[in-house]
Amino acid sequence: MTTAPPAPPQTAPDPPKRTPAALAVLRNAWRGLTSMRTALVLLFLLALASLPGALLPQTSLNPQLVDQYKADHPQLSVLWDKVGAFEVFSTPWFAAIYLLLMISLVGCLTPRSLEYLRAMRQRPVATPRNLSRMPHHAVDVVDGTPAEVLDRLDGRLKGWRRTRTEDSVSAEKGYLRETGNLVFHLSIVGLLLAMAVGKLFGYEGQVIVLANGGQFCNTSILGYDSFRPGLQVDGTNLAPFCIKVDSFAAEYLSNGQPKQYRAQIGYQSAEQVAGGDTSTWQNYELSVNHPLRLDGDRVYLLNHGYAPRFTVTWPDGRQRTGEIQWQPVDTRTYLSQGATKFERPGIPDDATGRRSSIAITGLFAPTSSGGQVVTSTFPDLLAPEVAVDVMRGDLGLDDGRGQSIFSVDQSKVDSGELARVARENLTPGQSITLDDGTRITFDSVDDWVALQVSHDPGQEAVLVFALLMLAGLFLSLSIKRRRFWVRVTPAADGCTRVELGGLARTDRAGYGEEFDRLRADLLDNTSGGER
Amino acid sequence: MTIDPVLSSYSDMLFQGTVVVYLLAMAFYAVEYVSARSPKVAEAAEVAQPAAVAAGSGTADLGIVSAEPASMVGSASSASADVPVPAARTPKPERPRRSRASRFGRMAVSLTILGVLLHVGSIALRGFATDRWPLGNMYEYTSAVCLAAMVAWLVVLQRVSPTSKGVRRLGVFVLAPVLTLMVLAGTVLYAQAAPVVPALQSYWLVIHVTTVTLATGLFIVPGIASILYLCKRAGKPARFAEKLPAQETLDRLAYRTTVVAFPMYTFAVICGAIWAEAAWGRFWGWDPKETVAFVAWVVYAAYLHARATSGWRHVGAAWINIVGLATVIFNLFFVNMVIAGLHSYAGLG
Repeated sequence: MTTAPPAPPQTAPDPPKRTPAALAVLRNAWRGLTSMRTALVLLFLLALASLPGALLPQTSLNPQLVDQYKADHPQLSVLWDKVGAFEVFSTPWFAAIYLLLMISLVGCLTPRSLEYLRAMRQRPVATPRNLSRMPHHAVDVVDGTPAEVLDRLDGRLKGWRRTRTEDSVSAEKGYLRETGNLVFHLSIVGLLLAMAVGKLFGYEGQVIVLANGGQFCNTSILGYDSFRPGLQVDGTNLAPFCIKVDSFAAEYLSNGQPKQYRAQIGYQSAEQVAGGDTSTWQNYELSVNHPLRLDGDRVYLLNHGYAPRFTVTWPDGRQRTGEIQWQPVDTRTYLSQGATKFERPGIPDDATGRRSSIAITGLFAPTSSGGQVVTSTFPDLLAPEVAVDVMRGDLGLDDGRGQSIFSVDQSKVDSGELARVARENLTPGQSITLDDGTRITFDSVDDWVALQVSHDPGQEAVLVFALLMLAGLFLSLSIKRRRFWVRVTPAADGCTRVELGGLARTDRAGYGEEFDRLRADLLDNTSGGER
Repeated sequence: MTIDPVLSSYSDMLFQGTVVVYLLAMAFYAVEYVSARSPKVAEAAEVAQPAAVAAGSGTADLGIVSAEPASMVGSASSASADVPVPAARTPKPERPRRSRASRFGRMAVSLTILGVLLHVGSIALRGFATDRWPLGNMYEYTSAVCLAAMVAWLVVLQRVSPTSKGVRRLGVFVLAPVLTLMVLAGTVLYAQAAPVVPALQSYWLVIHVTTVTLATGLFIVPGIASILYLCKRAGKPARFAEKLPAQETLDRLAYRTTVVAFPMYTFAVICGAIWAEAAWGRFWGWDPKETVAFVAWVVYAAYLHARATSGWRHVGAAWINIVGLATVIFNLFFVNMVIAGLHSYAGLG
């Protein structure tokens, strides 16, 4: 798509040859697309098209906010939904803009690079006849014959690319500007390609692990709570490393603002696991800003929370202990909600067993306010308390439908299959005894951590291209492309009339100062050396 | 990591002092601007300085006829602005008595320098008080942006003013928005000195936020220059526009500062991406702040391209530069304070 059409523009400037109409249309379209004006318009469109991505909530970033927005603006959001405004950066029209921009860029760069290669071998242009018409101009008379003077001046213009004729020197400098320009633009193309590689072959998975020795292995998608694969990722061939979370510690300021999160983890690399060595763990302190880089993947500490541990003792003496993460509902105080679910063991009849399942649901406060209504006043685990409803009946765990781990199935409550049998506030060690003699004990609280495993094979290349971009940008904006001419003509008394001309070929102002310096340097020293 | 309340209160006092000094400086710049004679009067009165005025009007004509190749126009106009240097400089020793405008202008510059020193003190003490890099919330950030803008202004005075007439009295237009931001920072955005959340505890805070701040502050100067350029070009309002420096001077001022700020901004965004990779698990995720930073970057890229596109070189480019500044300011305030995103470190909650 990008390489086939450039041929017409190069052959186009022959007026006598008439191009067929269809080809002319193609050629004009191509010229239009690769013109600076079009690039400018496309840049605007790109900026404009990105804006909804910042102004409207985006599904990829925060689905809850999107739902909230849809509830608040039902009519407007139908329209937004149709044009994909809630996922701007994956819509076809956004892709269309940046692809057109890329084509335009490649179409502009290809001829320019060829021109650049040609210009690199070319000599500077011939000295113009009338140097006084140049924006920078100076005349002086110095001692010496024209040939001598020209020799001297030519020698002084080191670092300039120059071409010499009998009576003049034409010099040019600042070729690196165009080099920088091309490096910058080519790096943009490279950067986008590298990003595309990341989108195709990268993945991101999140998992919650209890921080009391809980383990996680990156063996398949099934191990994750949520998984976002790249377009070419099917979940096989993950690097099978393992993580064990030993402990988690958070420090807080007195106002509840977190100061530091740290998780002590152990890990086994994929190689180690493959070699069968599964007993030793390397230690690592995982914290915010310090991910674990392992087997080309990165493991991040994203979030943390609390998992209250309950023990249910049925009247027949059978015991079950359950501990599952509860979800923080207030990120300042870490007031959490959740549901810890138990199926009654030891009942041969499935139906009866199902009907006597128990769920402990409610709120958990790491630092309880005390009193009848439990709220949390501080995120750290200072005075933990739970306010729970104990539900008994059919939890619907065998219905074949998925259900949230943080709540009970409300339809079971509505249908009466699940009923509340107790409501109580408990601190660790306290227990409730139900009407049938079942005892529920709130044992203790553990931390959990949310980990994210990220894989992006393109990101090193993205960094390299970004740095190249920066270097190119710096060169192209700081270097001036400028020309300098010297012409000598014989003057009276064996002296030589020297005429200097200068022209900055680029936008950047300030050549005047350099020209003055050059003039002073060339002429003053020339005449000074003679006397 | 404890907070030193004494140092923190000294920092606040210096901040207030800075605002007062800037206010005075602005008043002095304003006096200079108001009492400056308009070029026509000046031309009649001062026979000594005709070159600069002539150059100004000359380049305006050249600029309109832009059928020539890009390089020719650019260099020709820049050249004619450079030419008057010796002509404008020579009369100085012959006129020991300065006009009232000039006296006020010089005092304004001295006050600006004093203000910048106080400002640096305020920010440094804040850093010592909290024992961290003093760029952790909106108050500190806005204050530092203002400092960057003021330092940029002083550099402009140092570099551009000697060669171009009438730049100094633009100080009033630089200080007006800076003071607005300072007052906003000191009132609405003010936050007690405190440590920062874990995600900000990284050396990337120093690199990324400092460069972003510098670039943002720098962008203020070309944005204002472009607004004034449009006023001057339109000649409206007439009495206001006639005292502005030549179009060419304003345009060159805008371009030269943008050309410094843009690579710095690019560097800052790249550093942000590197930090995001370590802190948030991905180098780019279209977080609202990232998105608007991208938009601003594209707008400034468009500005640089517009400067090389015929038909866009003058008015078009100036408008794009203004849009760029608007985007940067929008990113600084709206995105931090209204839109929920990962960059919500405003310290306002």
